[in-house]
Amino acid sequence: MFDRRLVQYFDWGLMGLAILIGCVGLITLYSAVTAETPAPQKVLFFKQLLWFSVGLIAMVSAFLFNYKILDRWAQPIYFGCIALLLAVLFFGKYVGGSRRWLIIGPVSLQPSELVKIAVIIALARYYSKDAKTSGYTLRELVRPFMIIMLPVLLIGMQPDLGTAGLVVLIAGSITVFVKIERRSFICLIGSGAVVVPLIWFFLKEYQKQRILTFLDPDRDPLGAGYHIIQSKIAIGSGMLSGKGFLKGTQNALSFLPEEHTDFIFSVLAEEWGFLGSVTLVLLFLILIIWGLNVAHACREPFGTILAVGVAAMIFWQALINIGMSMGLLPVVGVPLPFVSYGGSSVLTTAISIGLLLNVSMRRFMLD
Amino acid sequence: MDKYLKTADTDWYKQRITGVIVCALAAFVVLLIRLIVLQVIMGDEYRHLSLNNSIRLQSIDPPRGRLYDRNGDLLVDNRPSFDVNITLKDAAPLDPTLDKLALHLKTPADTLLSQIKQTRGVSAYSPLLLQQDVGRDTLASIEVSKFDLPGVSVNVNLRRHYIRERQAAHLIGYLSEISPAELKSGSYPDCRSGDLIGKFGAEKVYENSLRGKRGGRQVEVNANGLVVRILKTVAAEPGHNIYLTIDQNLQHRAEALLEGVVGAAVAVEPATGKILTLASSPAFDQNSFVGGITREQWKSLISNPFRPMSNRAIQGEYPPGSTYKIITALAGLQEGVIDDKTVLHCPGHYRFGNRIYRCWKRGGHGKVDIIKAVEESCDVFFYQVGQRLGVDRLAWYAKAFGLGSPTGVHLDHEAHGLIPTAAWKKRRTGVPWQEGETLSIAIGQGFNLATPIQMAVLAAAVANGGHRYRPLILDNIKLVDGQSLQKNEPKLIGKLPVSPAHLELVKLGLWKVVNGENGTARGSRLADIDISGKTGTSQVISRKQDESMAEEDLPVHLRSHAWFVAYAPSEKPTIAVAVVIEHGEHGSGAAAPIAKEMIKAFLRKAPVNAQVAAQKESADTANGG
Repeated sequence: MFDRRLVQYFDWGLMGLAILIGCVGLITLYSAVTAETPAPQKVLFFKQLLWFSVGLIAMVSAFLFNYKILDRWAQPIYFGCIALLLAVLFFGKYVGGSRRWLIIGPVSLQPSELVKIAVIIALARYYSKDAKTSGYTLRELVRPFMIIMLPVLLIGMQPDLGTAGLVVLIAGSITVFVKIERRSFICLIGSGAVVVPLIWFFLKEYQKQRILTFLDPDRDPLGAGYHIIQSKIAIGSGMLSGKGFLKGTQNALSFLPEEHTDFIFSVLAEEWGFLGSVTLVLLFLILIIWGLNVAHACREPFGTILAVGVAAMIFWQALINIGMSMGLLPVVGVPLPFVSYGGSSVLTTAISIGLLLNVSMRRFMLD
Repeated sequence: MDKYLKTADTDWYKQRITGVIVCALAAFVVLLIRLIVLQVIMGDEYRHLSLNNSIRLQSIDPPRGRLYDRNGDLLVDNRPSFDVNITLKDAAPLDPTLDKLALHLKTPADTLLSQIKQTRGVSAYSPLLLQQDVGRDTLASIEVSKFDLPGVSVNVNLRRHYIRERQAAHLIGYLSEISPAELKSGSYPDCRSGDLIGKFGAEKVYENSLRGKRGGRQVEVNANGLVVRILKTVAAEPGHNIYLTIDQNLQHRAEALLEGVVGAAVAVEPATGKILTLASSPAFDQNSFVGGITREQWKSLISNPFRPMSNRAIQGEYPPGSTYKIITALAGLQEGVIDDKTVLHCPGHYRFGNRIYRCWKRGGHGKVDIIKAVEESCDVFFYQVGQRLGVDRLAWYAKAFGLGSPTGVHLDHEAHGLIPTAAWKKRRTGVPWQEGETLSIAIGQGFNLATPIQMAVLAAAVANGGHRYRPLILDNIKLVDGQSLQKNEPKLIGKLPVSPAHLELVKLGLWKVVNGENGTARGSRLADIDISGKTGTSQVISRKQDESMAEEDLPVHLRSHAWFVAYAPSEKPTIAVAVVIEHGEHGSGAAAPIAKEMIKAFLRKAPVNAQVAAQKESADTANGG
């Protein structure tokens, strides 16, 4: 079982990069939670630390087996996650208007995070069979569509439209990667161009306003619009070298809401300045390209698509979270991998990186 | 052209991955450019804005809706109040500022300091309330010295003003600070800690219409916390105005009449169910809640043995006494156990089983038919009718007349009242019903309990020919521009299960109560207004039937309650009234005069209104209306 070549081909660089980002995240989180007035929440930092430890174990477990067995395990994993999503709709803790968490003993789990991996694995399995260079036709896409839509709908019912949209983006990226047949693609785009205006027409006035306000935070100057301005001030005021560790004033005075989750990038940008924020952005870019490199080096379809899926997940989350805090994108609750506070997010990211390591270290195996 | 399907192989994948890498790079370049813009190009500007956290949110409180009576007379208003706030971050150095402020406010600086220390959980960037409702002079002196008082600001807030002290206190209600439990409950999604919400009466029931929507402003402030620029404004939406059904003049008159006694008066429009008056005495001053009621004031209200916070009009449950005989009479006629020609003999007492049940008139009424029985309130007559009917049939009719369950008026804490049945008693006490108890029930004693509003609705139903309407307190909801949002229409909730002929018969008896030679309320007769009604005297303690002590010699708290229900004018009634005076003894002496004065106040101005209405009508028809 234990082939020495596995150790030889192990990608220490990738693991090191992941751990590096994790450390940056922990440092930033520490600042975010200790500077909070009036009540610093140091306990969140320690919880995150705990989750990182669990994540580390999960990451290692994720490459101890041959990833190819996931091909057989794809369905049970997928349906297991669907079951968790159903459970959260019925038994989930109701917080601030939605049910997103399952409480299991002392632990709060967010199934919508885990289901991302399940969808990636399920899609990788489907797309790795009989793939053609001409791409997938509409008929062939029905099954993937259902694989994607089931969890998206369940997540949307929580309601958590941000994560639901994220799953669509990740799955969409994977699908576009394996190519959609040209005519089907045009059909899809065409029908989208017709359906969307039609839906718009049927929406009630207040729903239209909600969507417009979502897309343009400035229309909500007392809510999202205000958050974005404060976030931009935080980021911009970091200037070149930042205000220094634990000295971020925007953060300290609780002007950044959700500063340990949605706007955590702003905390880092304020304290470490341009140098710090560019570093983190580049770290993520390197991680994503590294993941795509793993896909490049993999010699069979399942592993390739799996790696692309993981890279897509990290790409979209980083892009949306950072873009939002800079005012480029609407305000959606998407966690920054390894940096935002959230046990399920840390766990999911850790497992995904573990899978990347898995694919990478077995690239020489040909069966 | 043959298009043969080519299997995707590793090379193909590698090609596509290269494309993906390019896309990822492009997206991240956008992020990097944005970072440069924010941190390098505009860095100075943002650094400056962050120094004092110059961009802040200010909240704009919405003006609360007002309350009017049915004629548009203002009952509850908002008036401006000047509140002094301090924002700690801008007020540095704190102690000299507080010392100076103490002079303006005429409060020692230590008190102000301890006040600041007491508020926890408020950020240094939010204004903290120091003193409410300072006078114009204080406002002027602070405004003039503003440069010397960094961080201090005076805001104009709107303060609730109940125009006439104690008027319709229970109906209108009062405001108070929202409690943490209420915030958590989710019933008040737009509210924040410190907001005032309706806690009682119409203020509570119509809270959602009255409150309006909060607005806000994004402002830029300078180093001292003074606003230098308003960036964006979201206007507050004022609350809607509530028009109650009551007639302010009548309400005022009723409350003046109830001054000094404990009781309630309810007046209803028979044709619509709209409440003209809802008065409960003693009452309380709603204005004392506005600034935040002190603990002593609250304690004195709660521990007052006369319970001024209790709305007796809907919460007070009393045995209805002889007013219940209306039900007994109609039930007896409808069930056929008596008819218009039935004559019974009243010698002043009635023997049943091994007990003697007395009539209130020692010597007895002699030969009594239904009309005379009602007019003179003969107990013996009704003992026999009740005996013939039995408790369950009486209960059925009483419930059909609306007793024993809430009327559904749109106010909290309405009481049920109680109408006993044989089954009920067995369940409650384990003891079966004794037939002798039915006799007490028939004259409105025993387990019977009714509220003044139930009796008013009953009187209204009798008055209008048998239709029971839900009592309404809301006439209209209007937007600030006067546009009507929701005009409340009468709601029929039942019909009295009696034939028109029987109803007319009893109504004749009720007319004679006031206008007949021997009517029990003949003292309340009016020359120009035709009143019909029924007196009631409900015993507080059960007295042995041969008790000889006169009512007047009993200690007050053991004296009977006085009831009177009435409607006028008898032909086409426009008002129905129920009055109860706790321990007032006789209905004729204590309650009827009050009802008479209320009816007088209401109807004597009515001829003027009728003229105006008639003129309008002819004008409409002239215009082809």
